[in-house]
Amino acid sequence: MSTTTAPTGGGKAAAATADYLDQRTGIGTAVKEFARKIFPDHWSFLLGEIALYSFITLILSGVFLTMFFVPSMTEVHYEGPWPSLHGVEMSEAFASTLRLSFEVRGGLLMRQIHHWAALIFMAAIVTHMMRVFFTGAFRKPRELNWVVGFVLMILGLAAGFTGYSLPDDVLSGNGLRITDGVVRSIPILGSYLSYFIFGGEFPGHDVIPRLFTLHILVVPGLILALVALHLFFVVLHKHTQYPGSGRTNANVVGYPLFPIYVAKAGGYFFVVFGVIALMGATMSINPVWNYGPYDPSPVSAGAQPDWYMLFLEGSLRLMPGQMEYVLFGPDGYTLSLNVLIPAVVIPGVLFTLLAAYPFVEAFATGDKREHHVLDRPRNRPFRTAFGVSVLVAFFILVLAGSNDLLATHFDLSINDITWVFRFLFFLAPWAAFVITKRICLGLQRKDRELVLHGHETGQIVRFASGEYIEVHKPLDAHERWLRVQHDAIRPIEIEPAEDSRGVRRKGYGLDRMRQRLSQLFYEDRVEPVTPAELEASHSHGEHDALGSDQEKAPAQLVAEGAPTGGGTRLRPEDETGPETRNT
Amino acid sequence: MSITPDHGHDGHEPGDTAGSDVVLREGEDAVEKFPNPGFGPHRPRRADVDPAAAKRAERQVVALFALSVLGTIGFIVAYFTLPPGDTIASMRTSNLALGLGLAFALLGIGLAAVHWAKSLMNDHEKAEDRHAQRSTDQTRAEALQVLKDGAQDSGIGRRGVLKGALVSSLALFPLTIVLPLIGEVGEDWNVSKFKRTMWAKNKKLTIDPTGRPIKAADVTIGSVVHVIPEGLDESEAPLDEKAKAVVLLVRMDPRDIKSEQGEGWSYDGIVAYSKICTHVGCPVALYEQQTHHLLCPCHQSTFDVADSAKVVFGPAKRPLPQLPITVDDEGYLVAQSDFHEPIGPSFWERLR
Repeated sequence: MSTTTAPTGGGKAAAATADYLDQRTGIGTAVKEFARKIFPDHWSFLLGEIALYSFITLILSGVFLTMFFVPSMTEVHYEGPWPSLHGVEMSEAFASTLRLSFEVRGGLLMRQIHHWAALIFMAAIVTHMMRVFFTGAFRKPRELNWVVGFVLMILGLAAGFTGYSLPDDVLSGNGLRITDGVVRSIPILGSYLSYFIFGGEFPGHDVIPRLFTLHILVVPGLILALVALHLFFVVLHKHTQYPGSGRTNANVVGYPLFPIYVAKAGGYFFVVFGVIALMGATMSINPVWNYGPYDPSPVSAGAQPDWYMLFLEGSLRLMPGQMEYVLFGPDGYTLSLNVLIPAVVIPGVLFTLLAAYPFVEAFATGDKREHHVLDRPRNRPFRTAFGVSVLVAFFILVLAGSNDLLATHFDLSINDITWVFRFLFFLAPWAAFVITKRICLGLQRKDRELVLHGHETGQIVRFASGEYIEVHKPLDAHERWLRVQHDAIRPIEIEPAEDSRGVRRKGYGLDRMRQRLSQLFYEDRVEPVTPAELEASHSHGEHDALGSDQEKAPAQLVAEGAPTGGGTRLRPEDETGPETRNT
Repeated sequence: MSITPDHGHDGHEPGDTAGSDVVLREGEDAVEKFPNPGFGPHRPRRADVDPAAAKRAERQVVALFALSVLGTIGFIVAYFTLPPGDTIASMRTSNLALGLGLAFALLGIGLAAVHWAKSLMNDHEKAEDRHAQRSTDQTRAEALQVLKDGAQDSGIGRRGVLKGALVSSLALFPLTIVLPLIGEVGEDWNVSKFKRTMWAKNKKLTIDPTGRPIKAADVTIGSVVHVIPEGLDESEAPLDEKAKAVVLLVRMDPRDIKSEQGEGWSYDGIVAYSKICTHVGCPVALYEQQTHHLLCPCHQSTFDVADSAKVVFGPAKRPLPQLPITVDDEGYLVAQSDFHEPIGPSFWERLR
């Protein structure tokens, strides 16, 4: 709205509108504050955006679907255009789903878009969570936002579950039946919870309308509210950034919201929606007319739930049946640990680990500072290895949830597959942990090697003395910075158990536990190269003379909020010239 | 190293102290560290240096927007000319045409915007300062004072009874919502219904879903029949009853039967077992004739029909309950009684 030249008609109208709004809302302050807000750029930051945009796609397509879907379990006889179900008794929910597919123009497209968007929504949430986890973006001050995101993931699962069941076809009906079986296994309350959900006995006449209300009102309402909170936190904290030249804990480097991210992020919404539309157009999903309406009797093999529920299915399949017990005598109470453990305890442990991780890590690190520069996963070997091992456990459960497909596609015995997965579920996460940790430490050593000795050039030089060496090209300051910018975190130190007079001090037990945890996290480490080491390696060719990198004194357990920012000073560097030989 | 003037012109260089009220990790260690080298050089894009490349990028953006318009037009044409129709083929065509139109309409806009931003908009990075989240000590003190003043004004500290009354009324009123909800949401809350099914003495076994009674003589050895009780459709809640009462009937060579759950519960090699899995309740539907094994397709619990339907593999613990059967005067298969134990998945008070 430049007014230096004579304003055009459009400019005048815009100025008038802006004036009108500003006089009533003071919106000018917000525009000044936020319009050019800086966001850093990286492909991995798009994962969260995909989640947001697929959620918007879900709302748009979902509103369309509610116009035609009838959430009722009243039995009707089908009289629509699909010949193979003519006269078949079915619920109004299923009949209206068929109507959406066959008679409403664009209805099938919207159904398929809605279903694909749901799968992508969950996939984006999970991968976004992985990005945040492996880069340590959950550290102070973002722990609360991690919890908000975690709750969003749970709500996403709830949205998927409640929506999947609505068409009332054979598959979703069996899914509800499994839910009923799982709920009943809960001690004392199980039967009543089942009645609570189904309004009496399974399947009853209430569950579809109830799920519908949850699916279109309660769950999306909560998701919307929490998404708003999630994004508010992002703006409040400003986005994290990857380490790099010029990036510090005290700045955020990137591009302004207007116009770069208005175009990029706005455009990206259309890209995500467009890709989902392409999937809805070309890839059939959940063709319920082939399954038929829900009937408690038939079921087909090879039926898989949506991918985000597969781990639960797999965990149910892996559990051996022996662990069902009757307590308090032969006519006592039945405790179905064979259902309770895989369906309630294992996901409970998995989700608790996820939700609590930032707090556990902060406790083990003894670190109270804010962190805005992301970690490279290799620089946090324990965290990275832990995350990978949880993922491996999850992935094995997902595979176990598809064991029947594995059996039929690869012509294997389903019993053997199940036994292999039973062992792998316990062994593979440990193996993954050890291997990942070694890889991280190896990559860190590689970084040290590069910083100290530079890139190999392939140039062999012979000295007058007859000695051959290969010329190494030192890293320039920017390339080096990426490899030396991080802090090596050392296990915390604690005060001794007894004071000078030999009296055991209070709180030693907790401190010792904390120290043990800290050692578990940070005992094995490779520290970044210091300028002194680099100097030593250049002048003597023997940086090792300074002592092994693993033998440094542990850092003190730093008091709350202790040191202030040095390290941001910039001074021109005396660069070693590229032709300097590194002997 | 160089700090290009292009960068950070509306922010601070990383070395600037103005933005460093964020407590930094750097410098914590006694060990000396490398200094941050500052921003690297800016690499110009082709469109920055070559006007022809910029012009070309602009044309590409325009073309992408045009593609979007064409997609929308295509969608509208498909809407009017390609109804879903009565066949799978026409339905697929309609879906494909509409979907492609929509996809092009969306992708055109999206790719155009992203391409515009990446190739033509200013790509010089800018820096902004961060500030610590914590409010200053003074702000904190003032906030505390505000709360103290408020509490003072309310007088809540002096009036204990008032506080108690407030808390109790707030704690009690949700009962008005929760009580009817809990009361009504589970129908009659009579969970003992789990333990009974429609089966009763002399109730005919009929074929699912036609409801035709089954003559023992019509069942050949090795065959499987999916069974529902007679009169299921006339019952009060047919689906609820069916969910409990479905039975799988198998005829074997009587010599193959190793054991049964009750004396005389089968008829001439015909055994009837509940079809509802004792794990979490899926219908156990896959019968393997040679081994007499019944497999649940949901979680692969496997039951041996020849041996009291005991579990031979998988996550179920208990055998499928057996329905005692016999034949009536006309040779039709009938039940001797209901199941002798609750069918389906376990629940806490199953045996009480």
